[in-house]
Amino acid sequence: MTIKKKKEIIDDGKSPENRLSLFPDEVLERVLGFVKSHKDRSAVSLVCKDWYTAERWSRTHVFIGNCYSVSPEIVARRFPNIRSVTLKGKPRFSDFNLVPPDWGADIHSWLVIFASAFPFLEELRLKRMTVTDESLDFLARSFTGFKALSLVSCDGFSTNGLASIASYCRNLTELDIQESGVDELGGSWLSCFPENFMALEALNFANLNSEVNFDALERLVARCRSLKVLKVNKSITLEQLRRLLMRAPQLVELGTGSFSQDHSLRTDGELEVAFNNCKSLHTLSGLWEVSSMYLPALYPACANLVFLNLSYAALQSTELAKLLPNCPLLRRLWVLDTVEDKGLEAVASNCHFLEELRVFPADPFDQEIIQEGVGTGVTEFGFVAVSEGCPNLQYVLYFCRQMTNAAVATVVRNCPNFTHFRLCIMNMCEPDYLTNEPMDEAFGAVVKTCTRLRRLAVSGLLTDRAFEYIGTYAKNLETLSVAFAGSSDRGMQCVLEGCPKLRKLEIRDCPFGNSALLSGLERYETMRSLWMSACKVTIDGCCLLARKMPRLNVEVIKEDENDETHAEKVYVYRSVAGPRRDAPPFVLTL
Amino acid sequence: MTRPLEHDYIGLTATKEKPEKLPAEGEAEKLGFKETELRLGLPGSESPERNKGHGLITKSFVSGAKRGFEDTIEGVGKWGLAGSEVEVGKGGGLFSPRGEGGAGSGSRGMDAGGAVGEGKKAQNKGKEADPGIAPASKAQVVGWPPIRSYRKNTMATNPSKNKDEAEGKQGAGCLYVKVSMDGAPYLRKVDLKTYCNYKELSSALEKMFSCFTIGQCGSHGIPGKDGLSESRLTDLINGSEYVLTYEDKDGDWMLVGDVPWEMFTDSCRRLRIMTGSDAIGLAPRAMEKCKNRN
Repeated sequence: MTIKKKKEIIDDGKSPENRLSLFPDEVLERVLGFVKSHKDRSAVSLVCKDWYTAERWSRTHVFIGNCYSVSPEIVARRFPNIRSVTLKGKPRFSDFNLVPPDWGADIHSWLVIFASAFPFLEELRLKRMTVTDESLDFLARSFTGFKALSLVSCDGFSTNGLASIASYCRNLTELDIQESGVDELGGSWLSCFPENFMALEALNFANLNSEVNFDALERLVARCRSLKVLKVNKSITLEQLRRLLMRAPQLVELGTGSFSQDHSLRTDGELEVAFNNCKSLHTLSGLWEVSSMYLPALYPACANLVFLNLSYAALQSTELAKLLPNCPLLRRLWVLDTVEDKGLEAVASNCHFLEELRVFPADPFDQEIIQEGVGTGVTEFGFVAVSEGCPNLQYVLYFCRQMTNAAVATVVRNCPNFTHFRLCIMNMCEPDYLTNEPMDEAFGAVVKTCTRLRRLAVSGLLTDRAFEYIGTYAKNLETLSVAFAGSSDRGMQCVLEGCPKLRKLEIRDCPFGNSALLSGLERYETMRSLWMSACKVTIDGCCLLARKMPRLNVEVIKEDENDETHAEKVYVYRSVAGPRRDAPPFVLTL
Repeated sequence: MTRPLEHDYIGLTATKEKPEKLPAEGEAEKLGFKETELRLGLPGSESPERNKGHGLITKSFVSGAKRGFEDTIEGVGKWGLAGSEVEVGKGGGLFSPRGEGGAGSGSRGMDAGGAVGEGKKAQNKGKEADPGIAPASKAQVVGWPPIRSYRKNTMATNPSKNKDEAEGKQGAGCLYVKVSMDGAPYLRKVDLKTYCNYKELSSALEKMFSCFTIGQCGSHGIPGKDGLSESRLTDLINGSEYVLTYEDKDGDWMLVGDVPWEMFTDSCRRLRIMTGSDAIGLAPRAMEKCKNRN
């Protein structure tokens, strides 16, 4: 390849003058500009000093998977020309309320540095970070060329912050606040987009509840001719959606809002016309209150659908079975378990190209255990059915209440190409309900058969055996999520010793203690992070780890004063920035 | 012994913070009353329901919401209040979702204390996988199942989710209603449209619940089909021990069999096989209501 040849020339040992005349830095930078993936760029930067320099000058996008692994000053020093930043903050288990509020991951200190170092910053994509209105206002005023703001699962801001963005970001192309927790002070923020503002290409405010001014929205949609992504919130009625679609038939991604109407539409035909116009739709979501009556209106728009997100639409199996034949090209499907096994059979019959399936529970906290698959969500039968009809499956997230080892083995036999396998048997420590045995063999089958597996989430009753399997076979595993599993330290040890590519390990409520924690001494610097909560680790064990591995941040979250020695929640991650300077009192850095 | 521990989390919840709903005095009263009642099961077998740590329920199903013990003295009280059972079930009852310190689910294979994880004070920190122990409570643990808060909040406010629960599922000509049996660890669902009369329904239910007869259970695990025979259950049902009741559209609990079959399928929202003692109080009301209707 070209790059290798250049490397040979450089390593030739020829004089600097010769090197320069053969290959000026500017050219190298230009070439490296085409290298986009951050993993490749990291590799490039390690080749030699010249390449390191060329790489850092040519990098325009930086991805930081753990905001505390590096400081904004370090980033600014190394990369002078950044236009786009992606940052992830809190540990993933914060999604499930396992991280106390005010833990950290506040964007503000980053923005302050960026304002002086990257005045031409255009894109900011954050996940699980705290963003205040003050920060949003600062952002809107500091970066004149700012284009794209994406806040996924963030919190700390209100609709006032959105008003700042709308008011001051003249070149905004993207505003996406999906799944963020927003303090809703009304819908007037949307009206803050100036009347002459036309640059918007993507708008996602599906998670908000408050009503926006529909006229303002309609005018905005009408004048933004490049709008490709529009995901509206619940307050938008079906009739209003129809009007929006008539204005924006070029949409590629649509979030429909509630998809319901209090009173009947004037004519159903009009709705179908609107959808008929939308021939470019690849992604469809929303449908929170969809009723069977209006669902068929969607059908004409589904011909090119690649991603259908029905995970907030409580569809029955019959409705799904009627919808799916209209979506022959579907590759990604998210559904609620209201569709039941029968619905999954419809998926199997219709979605031959399916690569990703996620089945969410409609009623995860249902106190009543209902037996034998009647009206009970999905079971192993649905799982097996899908695997039989969709051999290209690579990604599955499956919430169920019962499962068997045999069924899982069948599934992976039918679909050996899984890269992401996340099975959540919702009843804790549930064994194989037919044999009453642990679910060890199920996950054993997964790791033995799916050699490309990168992400695994386990559940059900599991002994150390399951982890022995994982350590022995899951050689490409990068992310592992474990809850209420294992019998002893050996379980965690097997994983740490056996999975060379492991980057993220998150564990809760398992009998793993200090010896398990310390068995990973050599590993943690190669990983992004380790999370252990409600395990058997003690403060002393964490201190020992911290002492032996000074380049790791070993943090214990301590909220409970009763037991001084127990480390309730442990978060370990590598960092070049040293210990956190913004840690709240309940976070102890050891 | 793990059994006492299985109750610990319930006890713990009691000490931490009493659920708002129920006052203590009334419940103690009811508890005393219950204890003097006739019990089901073979002579010499343990009382099935209320005694701590013994009997079918404890082993196999310690419900956080519906059937509780001990701290869920409150729960015990609820059994007498037919109508309220529905509410208990809906909101997760006693163990409504909590941010911190959610009551643990002492489910299969776990020391109940350990199961709680977050917010649990000074209880068991570890778990031992013990495949023998049947699934216990469904009380909520913080962050389990792993559903993101956004999804939880969105689904909670979504009315269509509750449509099925409240009205019985009406899809393409079927009418599913839940059937619960006092003392049984699991609910079942039946499609009322598949039966033509009370006799058929009754025999179907007998078959379904014959494995859940009280006082009989393998020492571990889900009560097997080797429990008492069907005929025993029939005796139980036809005898004074069990009574089949249903909740109608108005939320009232009525005896099954008083109204014409069609009227019954129209108004039945869920079924419950009650212990005789509970139903005694019920019968007169049901008769009254029917009289008023006619």
